[in-house]
Amino acid sequence: MKLRNLIWKELWQRPTSLMTSLAAVALGVTALVAIQSITVFSEKKIAGDMRSLGANVLVLPPGVTLQDYYSADMHGQTMPEEYVTQLALARMAGVENLAPKLCVAAEVNSIPVTLTGILPRSEFEAKSAWQGMSFLSNPVGTDRGCCTKPVTDTSGETDLTSLATQRTVQDLGRNELILGADIAVQLGAGAGAELSLLGESFQVLTVLPPTGTIDDGRLFTHLHSVQRLSDSGPVVNVIEIMACCEDAAGSLITDLSQELPDTRIVTIAQVVEAQVAVNGLMSRLSWVFFGILLLVAGASIASVMYANVAERRREIGTLMALGASPGYVTKMFLGKAIILGIAGGGLGFVAGTVLAMVLGPQLVGVSVLPMPYLCGVGVATATLIAVGASYLPARRASRLDPCLCFNEG
Amino acid sequence: MFQLNNVTKVYECRRQTVKALNETSVSIGDNEFIAVVGPSGSGKTTLLSLLGGMMAPTSGDVLFRGASLYDLSLAERTKLRLSSLGFVFQSFNLVPWLSAVENVQVPLSLAGESVASQQQRAGELLSRVGLSDRLSHRPSELSQGQQQRVALARTLANDPQVILADEPTGNLDPDSREQVMNLLAEFHSEGRSIVMVTHDQFAAQYAQRPLNLVDGTIVDSRDVSSAA
Repeated sequence: MKLRNLIWKELWQRPTSLMTSLAAVALGVTALVAIQSITVFSEKKIAGDMRSLGANVLVLPPGVTLQDYYSADMHGQTMPEEYVTQLALARMAGVENLAPKLCVAAEVNSIPVTLTGILPRSEFEAKSAWQGMSFLSNPVGTDRGCCTKPVTDTSGETDLTSLATQRTVQDLGRNELILGADIAVQLGAGAGAELSLLGESFQVLTVLPPTGTIDDGRLFTHLHSVQRLSDSGPVVNVIEIMACCEDAAGSLITDLSQELPDTRIVTIAQVVEAQVAVNGLMSRLSWVFFGILLLVAGASIASVMYANVAERRREIGTLMALGASPGYVTKMFLGKAIILGIAGGGLGFVAGTVLAMVLGPQLVGVSVLPMPYLCGVGVATATLIAVGASYLPARRASRLDPCLCFNEG
Repeated sequence: MFQLNNVTKVYECRRQTVKALNETSVSIGDNEFIAVVGPSGSGKTTLLSLLGGMMAPTSGDVLFRGASLYDLSLAERTKLRLSSLGFVFQSFNLVPWLSAVENVQVPLSLAGESVASQQQRAGELLSRVGLSDRLSHRPSELSQGQQQRVALARTLANDPQVILADEPTGNLDPDSREQVMNLLAEFHSEGRSIVMVTHDQFAAQYAQRPLNLVDGTIVDSRDVSSAA
């Protein structure tokens, strides 16, 4: 028989007294693991949502609201196209991509359509080369190293369907068209089809996958073609900006407003800020809950250990009479605390993970997977608390008078 | 073996002092079987605690094999108890959640014996006290006499030279009492010294020498003949 056998057997002999402490430790770790897991996966989801959303900042002419933009995008107001160049040259930290657009009404075979002019990235690159600059050949702004969580992946822009998610394409000819999924069905047109628009013939390059947005009902062609055919001049309706999540919620909006004072900068920063704030709050709260519950657990463990020492006075006295040193007695109690901490931490991790996996989809719509590092954090902290709380009772036990082994007399 | 020189032990409780031993001197030789008798509160358990190295005297010296017991450090006295002293208690003091064999293993475990060696030795000792068929029984599953025999086996685990027994027959029926005293006498016959505190005249008869303890003072009654 070893010391660990002695501890283990004693623990199983008196399990009920320690159940409260074990539950308190496990609850603390459960709260931490559940909230942290949901928070982390919620943050990942936000990053993913931002990625799929594409633009998260809009530069609009003054007087145009976000509602106008999303409801029709045909508000008729414009602003100079040179704003796009101005923004690109400003090299603002956080700006990953720029997508200027001009929407005009048109007809194809007597079917009314919305023709949207877009500027392919090749135009930016040509302009930067013309001006002796090279940075625009990189994703706009990312050379500043600001994005820890990029919202766009420009690696796939040679794929024309990237317009659906990345808001830009690499190349687009002056008489080439990209069709939204719904309008392609309505027009019965696919890749390679010839369509007549505003008196000119366009060739369909591709059909975008369905996005569930108003883009599904649009035709996209080169911005300058739309400007020429609609006689609107070098103007755009909107500049969509793909910005880093962090910067969209930070100083970027202020910078944009200063750069383009005659525009309306509309952002979903408030949404981002609110979500980031909620996540931050949840994360901090999880540590607060963890701390409070572990303090309760610590107090509970200390109380149970003191009671255990009092209950085992004669047994401890006998062990000391038989030759157990004070150090041995201390180890008996601290060993029990270690088992309690490991068991409570482990149980808490399992319970917290299961809770997060169940509640995550229901509360914030995220799928949660186990996060092994939280097991380490939970078990280590719970063990430290359990050992800390047991130290004084263990010391008291080690200082008991061995004469307690005798009957009074 | 033991030499007590002018040993006084004073307890202080609620601002009152109680003199448990008063300038007591006594010598206990090798392989002696001594019965310490006296009324309750006469200082018998105090004497046993002093001999066991568990309670320092207020004044005087307790010598064990010529060396002052209380000049040793706490750790040295702990080791001394582990290697040289065995204890027997009135209420047996077995660990209730350990089996008989595990209880006997405790001193062997404290001495750092291997698990296999512990089990073998504990089994042998329990066989010796007639409990080879009760190895895995817990104390609550044993009679009081059997529990005291487990305690005797535990006492012998590290082969001590001295056994300090506190009322070893106090809770036993006559048959068990005789079994236990016969075992103690057997241990004595193997060369061990035994100091036994008892109220029991039957048990005291087994001793070679009774020490009467009256109001903290020992009266050495060498004229009492040994019944053992």
